Amino acid sequence: MDVWDWDKAFAAIPPILEGLLVTLQITVLGSLVAYVLGLILAIVRRSRIPVVDQILWALIELIRSTPLLIQIFVLFYVIQPAMGLQLSPFATGVIALGLHYACYTSEVYRAGIDAIPPGQWEAATALSLPRSRVWTGVILPQAIPRVVPALGNYTISMFKEVPLLLAIGVAEIVARAEEQGTSDYRYVEVYTMAGLAFLLLSFPAAILVRRLERRVAQK
Amino acid sequence: MSHRSESETVATAKNVTDNVMIKFDGVGKSFGDNEVLKQLDFTVAPGEFVTLIGPSGSGKTTILRLLMTLEKVTTGTIEVAGNYLSHMEKGGKLVPADDAHMRETRKRIGMVFQQFNLFPNMNVLRNITEAPIRTLGKPREEAEARGRELLEMVGLSEKVDARPTQLSGGQQQRVAIARALAMEPDVLLLDEVTSALDPELVTGVLHLLKDIAKTTDITFLCVTHEMQFARNVSDRVMMFDSGQVIEDAAPEKLFTSPDHERTKEFLHAVLNRE
Repeated sequence: MDVWDWDKAFAAIPPILEGLLVTLQITVLGSLVAYVLGLILAIVRRSRIPVVDQILWALIELIRSTPLLIQIFVLFYVIQPAMGLQLSPFATGVIALGLHYACYTSEVYRAGIDAIPPGQWEAATALSLPRSRVWTGVILPQAIPRVVPALGNYTISMFKEVPLLLAIGVAEIVARAEEQGTSDYRYVEVYTMAGLAFLLLSFPAAILVRRLERRVAQK
Repeated sequence: MSHRSESETVATAKNVTDNVMIKFDGVGKSFGDNEVLKQLDFTVAPGEFVTLIGPSGSGKTTILRLLMTLEKVTTGTIEVAGNYLSHMEKGGKLVPADDAHMRETRKRIGMVFQQFNLFPNMNVLRNITEAPIRTLGKPREEAEARGRELLEMVGLSEKVDARPTQLSGGQQQRVAIARALAMEPDVLLLDEVTSALDPELVTGVLHLLKDIAKTTDITFLCVTHEMQFARNVSDRVMMFDSGQVIEDAAPEKLFTSPDHERTKEFLHAVLNRE
């Protein structure tokens, strides 16, 4: 038996592409959750509301200190049944990844907001701009462009963590590759092709983010 | 309390105290153990131009920041046009002001900063129209027409669409002045507005401010190290040292024959440097 079987490798492409589509959908939706929720977390935490602030701090530390895989299991097998609902593995994956990464993006937003000179807040106060307008008109339009590269890095990182969702039965790239391999117990080709799929997307994306970083730094 | 009854109180209060625009009553301010202002009492009349001079760290800028509600008083009260700024009356008692009250009272007050603090994400015209539209609720066309007028007044008509980063320091400060004026303030606070400018740009900005002071009835409170300007434009000059007013006089008097030894020393040091 050959070490590498080209037929087997090519045969793996269609299921991997199908898995890739699922992976991309989860990455895009999960990123949206992480971007929006992270921003909300950063703004709420900046207001330093007693109790709320402590609860959010504890939640963020909890999520950052435990493995994503455990969080996926807990959300799917513990929290959802306890709440009397059962979302699809796909939806659970989007929520788990979104929540997990929101804890990191909130720190990115916080750094971006902290980098705005105090004079901007003071000018906004001197003009008595309404609080919501200070955020939407002055602070965020300056803070967000600076953090886009960092957010992009987290999206790339999330893309590569989607395979963890095979543990709850999401038909993403690695799950589909494994399925393909199981038919004749040959895994070298299918896993290699799956890895290649990640590489072909992650690498150009990383280059793009690095370019963005340079552009932001020049500004 | 309804919005309406609040503005009625403002109107009557203003009539009662027509001769006082700003009133500091026993104002103290500490940052931790550091006492920056000590039992400060003074008033400024409507339309008056008052300049604060004194060594760095004497608390001059803190006075402006208290008036702009960028800081809160530790003790005492501040009134602007007869309304408490840092406090509000509630059930006959004086309590620390809430955000809504402060926002309402400080609409009468504008501030020009040392570092300009223009919004870099907005063009010049929007810097000026943002607050009239968002804070005062003016229609956009009206705010923009007024914004263009103000830009013409500060000599920057051709910069309407420019970004703040494309302007020189002097031009940015002119826009900042126009932005403050667009709010039609009763009180304008000038916080070392020429200190960050290249020397050759200082004169133009000072001329502009002098023109505004002469042609409007705005009350000015100005912190500056430009002694010639202070002398030309002020109605009154207050000399500050260690958180207290040690001398308060007309500019001719204070700059030529000050009573206080500390004032003499300070003026000597500053004028010789120039």
